[in-house]
Amino acid sequence: MTELIIKNGFVFDPLNEINGEKMDISIKNGKIVKKVTSKAQVIDASGLTVMPGGVDIHTHVAGSEVNTGRIVRPEDHVKDVVRKTALTRSGTGYSIPSTFVIGYRYSHMGYTTIMNPSMAPLEAKHTHEELNDIPLVDKATYPLLGDWWFVLENLAKGNIEECARHVAWMLDITKGYAIKIVNPGGLESWGFGHNVHSIDDQVPNFCITPREIIRGLVKVNKMLNLPHTIHLHTNNLGIPGNYSTTLDTMRAMEDLSTGGEPVAHITHVQFSSFGGDSWGNFKSAAEEISSYLNAHSHMTVDMGQIIFTDTTTMTADGPFEFTLYELSGHKWVNSDVETETSGGIIPFHYKKNNAVNATQWSIGLELALLVKDPWKIFLTTDHPNAGPFFAYPRILAWLYSKKARMLTLGHCHKKAQKKSLLPSIDRELTLYELAIMTRAGQAKALGLKNKGHLGVGADADVAVYNINPETTDIAASFQPVRKAFKHAAYTIKGGKIVVKDGKIVGEANGKTMWLDVQTKEPCIIDEEMKRKFREYWTVEYDNYPVFDHYLHDPEKLTIKAEV
Amino acid sequence: MITLTPKRKFEVPVQAACISPDVFKGKTLAEIGDLPVTEGNVPLKLSDLFEIKEDNADTPSITINGDVGKVKRIGQGMKTGEIVVNGDCGMHTGEQMAGGKITINGNVGGWTGDNMKAGTIEIHGDAGDYLASPYRGSSTGMKGGLITVDGKVGSDVGCYLHGGVLKIKGGAGRFLGYHMSEGTILVEKQSETRAGACMTGGKIVITGTIEEVMPTFTIDSIKPKVKIDDTQSVAGPFYVFLGDLSEHGTGKVFVNKANNPQMKFYEKYL
Repeated sequence: MTELIIKNGFVFDPLNEINGEKMDISIKNGKIVKKVTSKAQVIDASGLTVMPGGVDIHTHVAGSEVNTGRIVRPEDHVKDVVRKTALTRSGTGYSIPSTFVIGYRYSHMGYTTIMNPSMAPLEAKHTHEELNDIPLVDKATYPLLGDWWFVLENLAKGNIEECARHVAWMLDITKGYAIKIVNPGGLESWGFGHNVHSIDDQVPNFCITPREIIRGLVKVNKMLNLPHTIHLHTNNLGIPGNYSTTLDTMRAMEDLSTGGEPVAHITHVQFSSFGGDSWGNFKSAAEEISSYLNAHSHMTVDMGQIIFTDTTTMTADGPFEFTLYELSGHKWVNSDVETETSGGIIPFHYKKNNAVNATQWSIGLELALLVKDPWKIFLTTDHPNAGPFFAYPRILAWLYSKKARMLTLGHCHKKAQKKSLLPSIDRELTLYELAIMTRAGQAKALGLKNKGHLGVGADADVAVYNINPETTDIAASFQPVRKAFKHAAYTIKGGKIVVKDGKIVGEANGKTMWLDVQTKEPCIIDEEMKRKFREYWTVEYDNYPVFDHYLHDPEKLTIKAEV
Repeated sequence: MITLTPKRKFEVPVQAACISPDVFKGKTLAEIGDLPVTEGNVPLKLSDLFEIKEDNADTPSITINGDVGKVKRIGQGMKTGEIVVNGDCGMHTGEQMAGGKITINGNVGGWTGDNMKAGTIEIHGDAGDYLASPYRGSSTGMKGGLITVDGKVGSDVGCYLHGGVLKIKGGAGRFLGYHMSEGTILVEKQSETRAGACMTGGKIVITGTIEEVMPTFTIDSIKPKVKIDDTQSVAGPFYVFLGDLSEHGTGKVFVNKANNPQMKFYEKYL
């Protein structure tokens, strides 16, 4: 079978503690191996940087929200039309690219694994149909379970074990990868036009609080031995002063961690780190959040970094989207997915000359730079909520070069410039730290054993960038390095060269990973449950599951649960 | 100083965004002839479809003689110079125009002057739907410039208007100035209903007739005259309506009092 050797590159592989060492990477049959024969195809990577393929822990790339976003934004597609080539298909881009373009653009940047973070279980079939169509990257998806009726009912009754079996069953029938919780309790309340405003508010009709939902699902996550922690979008997201809710949420889980292991991942934490108490005195609370994260190890977070551009916000957090609608007056899509979740979509233009947007931009970077341990905070834009994913190289530049971020800050609203902590932060991330934030840390947090590193036995997902760490001062000459991150010299997916010099040169289908959680006793599916399906869902129980044949290229990960 | 004449009648739409003084500038006749166009799905050169001649007389930058009703995007994004079309002209003429002048001695298709920023378009004929409107889905339409139409216009004219002036000597279709926020629209003959739906600012002046004003507008006053732009103001008297209240709008619709006696009942609310 095919053999490949990447020779003489500067290898950055944080999971194996390799920091810029000059070495060869051997690949055989889609895996990293110790040695290959002399017949192997040689990639000369001398003077180039070699990293594991990028991993994105949170990017909305598939599902009903994404597709509705596409439908309501023709003006977004017209400015970014992608023509077909001999190898690639045509499509459209900008903030909500078509499925194929998503795969191509991630691959351009050297990314090989992406996680779709929000899937209403009812829309699971649609989501998997879209995931099937995204080429060149492996992917997985997280079902929204934080406001799912059976979860709420079981947790309210204190039936944690039954709840765990239910969640295992849900991961199986939706072909999901992790437990996603969005504004716990808030989405159920939104069905009645309300929201919850702290983690101790009551959820209507369920006698439960967001605190109990979060703690319950952390316990469930542990019982099931899931590879990822719970994936949490906090309450009060996007509201000035919400940092106190975020701190409350993190404190509520402190005692659930054993041995300092992470128990939860707070996603797009920038949107949850707002200080002040109105948009008028809006300010950053990055200091409070980062000092908490520095002192504790039971959480990981990702940035949700703002990009100044016209983008589309889409989240299951329906009440938050309503707040955005009231702010912007833009076209708004609102939905309530039966007994499961809600959803909303609004186009949004983040502007440098808007004090709030510019401060948000600053918050994201402050967090990434103030959290000392890069294994705790990862690079995302919550694509497309804070900006499209192909802007990642710009964020990298802001992180590794003070010059780059001060240049952008200089164009921001005066009020935001005054409040920003960025001038006082001198930290410039190294390539090693960037490799943690964009691949190793994310793979570790996701529990992906074969991703995010280049050790023997790992999947042969490799990115080679045209950066020479010996001769380049990345902070000073940030532009060429940013360009190198934008167009990888090589992207290797499953042992196959798919990108060369920033152009797609090979085809590969990405796998869809899903969890087969084996519980000791099966989840009870009785007549009562089927009756509920009949009465409250538009879909019969029998038509609800995503059957195995739906996934074109599945990778089943079997896990033994403790219940 | 370039004259284009269609070599034949076009049966399918031709995309010709390259017909613009900014693109032609500094190119030889041969280079202009090589500019890419598509007819239907067939990529062609400009010289395959048009006879291209140069004359050194003091004429407009580009003159098109003949029917180009199937040719789209003439003058797209142009910043300087002048285009004169002696015949009908196709859709998206003067799209995203930022300066210069286009004169059309004939009728013009839909979406003319969409997303226009500055410049002048003179239409000595009728215009289609979506004149001076934004691209589908977008919420920023024409931002500045002047469009005059001698004939009538279609529906949804001046959608999301955000500046500039539209002067229509004929009648207008439904949803005139839908969602407009700034700028001025003048209609001299009959306007169909729903003028100014969802408008949040700007003004619509109807010196001709309109059957009714939307119920989400409220009568404000009667004014003797109204200013259109620096060069023109029209005499009334006019009923002045404020709206669209469903959007908390502060737009104004001026309706000629003498030509619309059916609106007399509004006077009792003044």
